[in-house]
Amino acid sequence: MDMNQYLEVFIEESKEHLQTCSEQLLVLEKNPEDLSIVNEIFRSAHTLKGMSATMGYEDLANLTHKMENVLDAIRNSQIILTPELFDVIFLAVDDLEAMVMSIAEGGDGKRDVVKVVNQLELIEKGEFQVLSSSIAEVAAASAVLGKEEMTAGEYDEFEWTVLQQSKEQGFNSFEISIGLREDCLLKAARVFMVFEVLEKSGEVIKSHPPVELLEEEQFDQQFTVTMVTRESAEELQKKIMKVSEVDRVVLNALDFEGLRHADNTEEDKITAVNKQEQERNDAEIPIDNKEKKKQASVKPASSKTIRVNIERLDILMNLFEELVIDRGRLNQISSDLDNQELHETVERMSRITSDLQTIVLNMRMVPVETVFNRFPKMVRQLARDLNKKVDLEIIGSETELDRTVIDEIGDPLVHLLRNALDHGIETPEERLGKGKNEEGKIQLKAYHSGNHVFIEIDDDGAGINKERVLNKALSNGILTREMASTLTDKQIYELIFASGFSTAETISDVSGRGVGLDVVKNTIESLGGSVTIDSKENEGSIFLIQLPLTLSIISVMLVAIQNEKYAIPLSSIIETAIIKREDIMNAHNQQVIDFRGKVLPLLFLKDIFEVPVSQEEEEFLSVVIVRKGDKLAGLVVDSFIGQLEIVLKSLGNYLASAFAISGATILGDGQVALIIDCNTLIH
Amino acid sequence: MSEDMKVIVFQIKDKEYAIPVDKVSGIEKLLHITRVPKAVQFVKGVINLRGVITPIIDLRVRFGFEEVEYDDSTRIIIVILDDMEVGLIVDSANDVLDIPVDSIEPQPEVVGHLASEYISGVAKIEKRLLVLINLEKALSLEVTENMLKEG
Repeated sequence: MDMNQYLEVFIEESKEHLQTCSEQLLVLEKNPEDLSIVNEIFRSAHTLKGMSATMGYEDLANLTHKMENVLDAIRNSQIILTPELFDVIFLAVDDLEAMVMSIAEGGDGKRDVVKVVNQLELIEKGEFQVLSSSIAEVAAASAVLGKEEMTAGEYDEFEWTVLQQSKEQGFNSFEISIGLREDCLLKAARVFMVFEVLEKSGEVIKSHPPVELLEEEQFDQQFTVTMVTRESAEELQKKIMKVSEVDRVVLNALDFEGLRHADNTEEDKITAVNKQEQERNDAEIPIDNKEKKKQASVKPASSKTIRVNIERLDILMNLFEELVIDRGRLNQISSDLDNQELHETVERMSRITSDLQTIVLNMRMVPVETVFNRFPKMVRQLARDLNKKVDLEIIGSETELDRTVIDEIGDPLVHLLRNALDHGIETPEERLGKGKNEEGKIQLKAYHSGNHVFIEIDDDGAGINKERVLNKALSNGILTREMASTLTDKQIYELIFASGFSTAETISDVSGRGVGLDVVKNTIESLGGSVTIDSKENEGSIFLIQLPLTLSIISVMLVAIQNEKYAIPLSSIIETAIIKREDIMNAHNQQVIDFRGKVLPLLFLKDIFEVPVSQEEEEFLSVVIVRKGDKLAGLVVDSFIGQLEIVLKSLGNYLASAFAISGATILGDGQVALIIDCNTLIH
Repeated sequence: MSEDMKVIVFQIKDKEYAIPVDKVSGIEKLLHITRVPKAVQFVKGVINLRGVITPIIDLRVRFGFEEVEYDDSTRIIIVILDDMEVGLIVDSANDVLDIPVDSIEPQPEVVGHLASEYISGVAKIEKRLLVLINLEKALSLEVTENMLKEG
């Protein structure tokens, strides 16, 4: 069988399962007594094992198998969870990830995993000896568990009515528990076949787990179905056994009296639990929050999706860009021709393309979760390496960003998080000494605001020591003593983004090679974003990253300089103004104006861009006031044309080094307009 | 039997030049060129080539000839260079020829004031003399940077 066509799906799904494993492991570490989480991990690991065995990746299957054994032991309470044990499992997951990555990159997915496998085996064996005494107990417990699994749970009123009515009409009601073979690979297919058989013989009332989960293979080897039929138990059993890979079928005729009774007690139990929970809620609200969060993370809403190759989306985007350009062209033609019908049609088309634009752009939107979800594990590992206690809280991971931004934002965030952990959060002893909670807190928060997405990294650590930053900047020659005295707090914090800056007194391999934060700043700025810092000594620091929603379609102001047209991104424009020529003053060879009490340097674009002059100079100047960080400048142009949405295009490699030009766009008349890069114009 | 090579023939200042046809993706009439500030002199700017921003090079300037006004016969030859499209402005382009590979000779020692590194050979067909251009060398950024330093 040619496996290549499945490879992509395999890789994607493996990644997802591994992600589930890591996430759930982290949850488990916080709630070690909650064995349902182990089940979740076990399921993911099991599916992964099956898939990799099918695809012929022996190492992958082997390691997963070992991990599964340990998980199974945990599930059956034969192993007690310790941090060391978590380390080993995380190590195993890391190895699995590395193998999947190697497969994704065209490798053979082989890797030396002897060490981890040995450790896993040790855990498995070692614990068997220690716990021999309690095995009986465990067995009893699992027997109870098993029994519970046998029944399809309680029935709701509707199901109950159906069951009773069918009994009155002479149907038999059965609870059938079906076990699949251990090595069954296509469980969903077998389930389907079983259901087909069942539905020919009667009617399925209920299944446990529910059908959706069965379809997604979210069950182990066994599932239970309740059905009404006119056939006898033996007939039914034979029929089901004909489906291959079905291991065993157990039919129980439904005992209505007993069921009802059980139902009631179950209800009682639930109300009792509810009451307890109610009381707990009243007592302690934070716990409630935590639990809700836990529930939310355990059961992610399943929505109907299809996988689309990114390339296809890119092609769609390109085609759509063409359409946007033509729309502009049509608009222009229609206003030139002044034909009412044409106007209306173009108007309609514009509206439809705007809707289309939203949809196409949304399709490229990816929740930041895809970047964020690898952080909890990283932070955990790092905290252990550094002997610090840290709680990472992630908020707003559903916030969406353009895929191109998502691809780039991962590394800077890793850097900032490492920075917060290494330099921000103090050691537990220090924290206790300062009267803080022993466990440090890092909050990673993403949210929308206007046309931007903000990502905040907030730690409650030591904060930035201004003195140390200043001294370091002075000794590194980034700053002179005269400049130092005039800086505001914010400007001092900004210094840590300067290249060649590192305040960590001891260089660790975590951060502090001084090559970090300036790279972070550059990456974010190259994405059209910005990063700012705020900090309070001993209370913590906040790094705020501002990112554009999308990179490919931006709003610009179109201006004319003599006969040429240029576009200025709206994101950097503060406002526009018309000034009188005589208001211009000279200061240090720099022409400036007094603008709302501030001295505003003027940049004459026609001189900077060496535009051929063909028009007379006018008495009034049109000025676009732009900013870069805190600095303002006025760009002098000849006239404002208007504001429009444009498709950003690259100038290509040949002209990549063009001065102060960040790209180009195609206007409605088919001509190319260059986009001015305000960041390079303002020094 | 000798193999033939298909070339696009174009004229600059009464001389005939040739580019292998597989390097050419199209020939366009003059389109509106948007000047790019502070670009090297022979880069005239960029055009909108069916939605793709394409840089335009004036071969007259590149080869060191004097500039002339563009007219109706002026053409832009779109060539493919390292997966990138670049437009070349030439005086006119109107011929596709099959030239036998063995008619191509190495360039003679003196070929006017055209720097020799851009020429990959000379083909003589009947009474026409075609100068084959080495596009990689003629348009490579390194060479252009070198030229900038010298210039």
